[in-house]
Amino acid sequence: MKILVLLKQTFDTEEKISLQNGKINEQGVEFIINPYDEYAVEEAMKLKEELGAEVTILTVGPSRTESALRTALAMGADKALMIEYNGSEADEYVISNLIAAAIRNQGFDLILGGYMAVDSGAGQIAIRVAEILGIPQIAAITKLSIVGRNATAERDVEGDLETIEVELPFLATAQQGLNEPRYPSLPGIMKAKKKPIEKVLADELEISNEERSVRTEILDQYLPPKKQAGQILTGEMDHQVSELVQLLRTKAKVI
Amino acid sequence: MSKNVLVVAETKNGKLRNVSFEALTIAQSVADGGEVAAVLFGSGAAAYLEEISRYGAARLYVSDHEALSTYTAEAYTQALASLIQEVQADIILMGNTAIGKEVAPRVAARMGMGLISDCTSVETNEGNLVFTRPIYAGKAFEKKTFCKGKEFATLRPNNFEKVIKPAQTELVSFQPEIQDLRKIVKEIVKKTAGGVDLSEAKIIVSGGRGVKSAEGFQPLRELAEVLGGAVGASRGACDAEYCDYSLQIGQTGKVVTPDLYIACGISGAIQHLAGMSSSKIIVAINKDPEAPIFQVADYGIVGDLFEVVPMLTKEFKKALVTS
Repeated sequence: MKILVLLKQTFDTEEKISLQNGKINEQGVEFIINPYDEYAVEEAMKLKEELGAEVTILTVGPSRTESALRTALAMGADKALMIEYNGSEADEYVISNLIAAAIRNQGFDLILGGYMAVDSGAGQIAIRVAEILGIPQIAAITKLSIVGRNATAERDVEGDLETIEVELPFLATAQQGLNEPRYPSLPGIMKAKKKPIEKVLADELEISNEERSVRTEILDQYLPPKKQAGQILTGEMDHQVSELVQLLRTKAKVI
Repeated sequence: MSKNVLVVAETKNGKLRNVSFEALTIAQSVADGGEVAAVLFGSGAAAYLEEISRYGAARLYVSDHEALSTYTAEAYTQALASLIQEVQADIILMGNTAIGKEVAPRVAARMGMGLISDCTSVETNEGNLVFTRPIYAGKAFEKKTFCKGKEFATLRPNNFEKVIKPAQTELVSFQPEIQDLRKIVKEIVKKTAGGVDLSEAKIIVSGGRGVKSAEGFQPLRELAEVLGGAVGASRGACDAEYCDYSLQIGQTGKVVTPDLYIACGISGAIQHLAGMSSSKIIVAINKDPEAPIFQVADYGIVGDLFEVVPMLTKEFKKALVTS
């Protein structure tokens, strides 16, 4: 079985966000594998151990993303493909076209990705890729089992649980709860250094000019206005409680 | 310039979703004299005609195609893509719901369109639509616009007004061609407690590790019931198995924007704040006066939730009876 994992390198979720020239500042930021993509890598590893599979990791991004690929290789993936792209204007439309062009006709049986990236939060890329390739998708999976060419997955639908049956090939995106990602072992890290990372420039991929032209653009990025300090109530507890009810009804007017 | 707007409406548990009305309201303001149409997939959709008509749609498209009777992203995608062509929609709006998150990117890819996901505001600037959306889990925002093709956006529930504007809505049935992508929905297990849906709830009472046990959620449920709200939880409470993960609010889990969010025994880790910090009014109840939740709270009570929450329930009961 050939498995592809779509991976994005993102800010560490604990990072403070700052701006530089109206854009999110990346200087001095700690980067990690997008947490949802990490579930996807782990699931690929489990399938590899259980059924035998060749696992390829794919990312789109600048040269810094290589460290995320090495981490995934250290977790046990076999090889990686990096679509080098240093700009910032490509939108989901263009990026998914680049990915589809790079993997088309490579015969992947299963494509895994994260449910969304914690930076952009758009959750578009993996699903767009499924549509471009004409394969079904199962979004937000919390369980996956594959027997032969048949797969059964459970997915989270706003808290409800849906069970889906589908044949390979298909694409699935990982939701929290799918698994507990492993830490790369020391031997894993050593081995990863020798594993191949194929690099291709985004400009070299064969897609039409139309497919390269963005549909959307970012006008501005900004930090939310600082919230005014709240009011900590004081006094006897029964007084605080009745004051709170008053405030919510007459001042905040939410009840 | 007038634009045709297509709103993809949605039902949940037999009711039209609030976000569909919000989308119809936005549709009116961006159509600029163009036509607003709605589409509702699934069997029995025609029954919602009257309710849709209250929000100003000129037409409601429905289809009794068998492939649309149970939701699959693949079938909905094909149906929506063909309808967008048919009605020559310039702008397409839908909720950023479980369905919107699956269908919108697929349709956008199928038709070579851009898509701006999870918008919290839509405004017009010199004739162009500008969409605002949270990034980095609400730690920042961005404004986006379309530079080519149709405009397609999904809206985060509870962030837009809904305004009633009655219209004569014509019911139109359409018959899309749908190719089977061989995906079968075998079973749907409803884990969310009936009643108020977290993502669209106006009031949420939420518990963290401070509730200490599954039983500890009982006073929170009672408060939520009095207020007609929903119960949520932090990841800590879910990890400790005090409640099901379906209640989880945060960076992983649900993002909510209620009018009132009451955090009980929640410390306010950054992952949790990402899921609720845009709530209009936040109340924090926590024993620890240093808990970070107080930094985002509009009102705070430092105290034991097991003492404070039942008192609040009683006080609200009293206040709501006399009003």
